[in-house]
Amino acid sequence: MSAETAEKVLEKKPAEALLSKRRKKLISDPLVDDNPITIQVLGICSALAVTTQMKPTLVMAISVVFVIVMANLTISLLRNTIPTRVRIIVQLAVVATLVTLVNEVLKAFAYDMYKELSVFVGLIITNCIVMGRLEAFALGNKPYDSILDGFGSALGYSWIILAVAFFRELLGSGAIFGIPIYDYVSGLFGDDFQLATNGLMVSPVGAFIILGLIIWVQRTKTGYVEH
Amino acid sequence: MQQSNAYIITFSVILTVVLGLLLSGTSQVLGPLQKEAEALDKKKQILGAVISGDEIAAMTPEQINEFYASRIASIVVDINGAPVSEKDGAAVTAENVDIAKNYKMAAEDRLYPVFIFHAEGDDSAIESYIFPVYGAGLWDAISGFLALDTDMNTIGGITLSHVGETPGLGARITEPGVQARYQGKEIFDGSGDLVSVAMQKGEGKDYSSDPHMVDGMSGATITANGVNAMLENYLGAYLPFIESKKSSDAVAAAY
Repeated sequence: MSAETAEKVLEKKPAEALLSKRRKKLISDPLVDDNPITIQVLGICSALAVTTQMKPTLVMAISVVFVIVMANLTISLLRNTIPTRVRIIVQLAVVATLVTLVNEVLKAFAYDMYKELSVFVGLIITNCIVMGRLEAFALGNKPYDSILDGFGSALGYSWIILAVAFFRELLGSGAIFGIPIYDYVSGLFGDDFQLATNGLMVSPVGAFIILGLIIWVQRTKTGYVEH
Repeated sequence: MQQSNAYIITFSVILTVVLGLLLSGTSQVLGPLQKEAEALDKKKQILGAVISGDEIAAMTPEQINEFYASRIASIVVDINGAPVSEKDGAAVTAENVDIAKNYKMAAEDRLYPVFIFHAEGDDSAIESYIFPVYGAGLWDAISGFLALDTDMNTIGGITLSHVGETPGLGARITEPGVQARYQGKEIFDGSGDLVSVAMQKGEGKDYSSDPHMVDGMSGATITANGVNAMLENYLGAYLPFIESKKSSDAVAAAY
């Protein structure tokens, strides 16, 4: 039982600072060095699907943060009672419940977003990042650490999809958060001038290209090589 | 102990019950809010056929409800264009007619709501008639509201929505730019036969001279075909009502 041994190691330490170096690493690692999307290449499906505009992307990011953090917390609290043989199903049930909750809340309070996102919010269930964190971390660590870990991974996911959405909306629709940047810029150059938007960016292909560029830039900087 | 079958079963049962209670509880608490949101969304879509999306976006939910109440009247008609006030002993109101459910019935049995856009507070000064439409896209259902001007021929506007069309392709039917292509198109030809309006294959051509064709969406021909079939289908079903208004309006215009 690897879960139990990992826990014992942790228990020997005296009370750890609320944000000790190790815990800070739990949050900061997934942002760049161990990013779920660009390094682990997980959660690509939704990264492609929801990123045509900033606003739905932001809602998606917040939903994912909520789901991962809560799922990590729940599984971590239950980690000593969950029977090993059915743990995947238990994880799935918890994640599915949380996702349904998010969907219901969106439907009640942000119906427009619900209409746009409900398919993808539902797909958070199959987002490999969520299950990956539960299986790799929450099952073997204490609740507080698990929350931090989930938060870090979710932020790592969020900033990448927001970055992708930024370029896709700007280049594809000429806007940011629905504010028509291109129109303002074009206005500066006189009436006949109109910046052209790139239709490719609106299609999923655009997301692949942007994502590829981000991964390229990141790996050039960090020197990360896949083995 | 933890690995015994009895433990696993007990654990699973407890987990299922807890999660089930949590979900049904949430659904109970949020249910009324969700219904409100749905009703508001429907009103937005109906209004979207006659006023611009920007105007609607600028309104608060209260303002939309108020605007709707003061500008929209509604009736329900049957396939023959005759008004229906009750069905199976229950009163029917246009807002409560479930178009999706009616779609599954035979065309003759369906209820056909008509939303009437009129001058503020004066429901005899009609500005346009709004008809709900429903059909199948590529992946799932598509629906919308089509507004006809009082000549019962010119399309004043349309709102389209979908359940699961491909984002960036078929899902573009929700874009104001695509919907604007329908404005000013005509559903009857010169001899008074219903021809509807058809979205064409391919995109970027100019159909401004043809009153029955609109520019298509690149890569979404099947969704476009679905939209065309939907409009033809429902305009056909509303035809008796449209014809009746046409003749009565001709009389009204004469005075």
